[in-house]
Amino acid sequence: MSEIAVKAEGLSVKLEGNTILDDLSFSLPAGAFLSIIGPNGAGKTTLLKSILGFIPAFEGRLEIYGRTPDKLDPGMIGYVPQVKMLDRSFPGQALELVVSGLRRKWPGIVKSSERDKAVAALESIGAAGIAERQINRLSGGELQRVYLARAIISSPRMVILDEPATGIDAVGEEDMYMLLERYQHKSGASILMITHDLNAVCHLCSHVLLLNRRLIGFGTPQESLSEDKLRLAFGHVGHNHAMLSFGKEHHD
Amino acid sequence: MIEALSMPFMQRAVVAGVLVALLAGFYGAFVVQRGLSFLGSGLAHAAFGGVALGLLLEGEPLLVALPFTIVTALGITWIKNRTRLGPDTAVGILFSIAMALGIVFISLRDQYSTDAFAYIFGSILSVNMTDIYAAAGMLLFTLLLLPLWGRWAYASFDPELALSDRLPVLRDDYILSVLLAVTIVGAVKILGMVLITAFLIIPAATARLLARSFFAMTVLSMLFGVISTIIGLFASYQLDMPSGATIVLTQAVMFFAAMALPRR
Repeated sequence: MSEIAVKAEGLSVKLEGNTILDDLSFSLPAGAFLSIIGPNGAGKTTLLKSILGFIPAFEGRLEIYGRTPDKLDPGMIGYVPQVKMLDRSFPGQALELVVSGLRRKWPGIVKSSERDKAVAALESIGAAGIAERQINRLSGGELQRVYLARAIISSPRMVILDEPATGIDAVGEEDMYMLLERYQHKSGASILMITHDLNAVCHLCSHVLLLNRRLIGFGTPQESLSEDKLRLAFGHVGHNHAMLSFGKEHHD
Repeated sequence: MIEALSMPFMQRAVVAGVLVALLAGFYGAFVVQRGLSFLGSGLAHAAFGGVALGLLLEGEPLLVALPFTIVTALGITWIKNRTRLGPDTAVGILFSIAMALGIVFISLRDQYSTDAFAYIFGSILSVNMTDIYAAAGMLLFTLLLLPLWGRWAYASFDPELALSDRLPVLRDDYILSVLLAVTIVGAVKILGMVLITAFLIIPAATARLLARSFFAMTVLSMLFGVISTIIGLFASYQLDMPSGATIVLTQAVMFFAAMALPRR
């Protein structure tokens, strides 16, 4: 039997008395590439935060590689938050941010062994040239790469990304998806991301979770992005649906 | 300068000022970077409420002010973390209550409370050895906590990232607010509640303008606090002016000088 990366059974999450996630059940195999999609307020970020262990389940059960989120080892999950949430006034270099993923605290003075590992992580995603740059001087795309280097530096079993395309241009977005795909092929890690880009979902992901507080669809992109399920989640389908094509052809 | 340093009261003032500047510079880096400048001011005012209660009870005012200010700090952190209210609102609510209580305590005393007002403006030139030992003890305790600097800095950068790495961000928040409260109470007799706010904010803000790393910001914040204390004290002696004012004005000159430097 193949290993399960995320298993939810009747998962419900409440915030300030409001039910944000209601009775979710799904099993995501290890090594899958999952996109979580749904309208604004659907509970996508809440689901990610539950997996990360920030928000406890109100009812039901959630397991990450067979453990509850509060029992996960540090370094098991690499997290890439939304770049727009960053406090850009913080004084620090890109390199320090990457090393923070290794040390799990902010570095005072970076050791040469840590510097080598951080530069290698940045190199693996084509961003070694910005290692010494101040965080507040990075563009959205550059910052996203630095966050990704930070997330993968300790070879996590799972990488979680909260809207990685937010705040970066179309080319940067394409690059980001390509880097993720390449990293997943190389490492075999499970990847979970929130996105609004249905075309990226169709070409990149092995699994899609369609959410609007309740689970609307879970499975392959073809299974989950049917017209009736999209209508159920979003209330309408949108003119792009007819143009969706499925299969990995343009990221190779 | 040599002449000034030959006087015991000036020696004590320099030692006490440097100790408090090191402490306030260290915690000030976190206060400024987390946008909690108002917290420093609020806790200093809360300390006044505790001092007033101590005077009413006819005990050692600072021994009463310490738990009073710690409870206020914990209350502010609790409201900030448990509600959607911003930290400035949480500070504004509790520091107003603490000040109001302070005024009630003073009004309940039979005698006119000039001694309470000494804590508002402080008196760095009249510190005694007990004040110095208290500040030195607090600095020693802070040195023991230096290994936590990286955790606190990480959570200052992004609490969610720190949480994703399983760091106890909420617990650290409470620890930092208690340490800040203890620092403020320890310094309030030396600097006064008006001046301690300046010590927490201005050197750290100056360092923020110049530093290219948070480590450098922390070190520079402590250094600027020490330099401004020494320059301010000697300016006070030479110009025969209130020492608190000359120290703050020295800090202000350093801040505007840093602002005038070209940005890298």
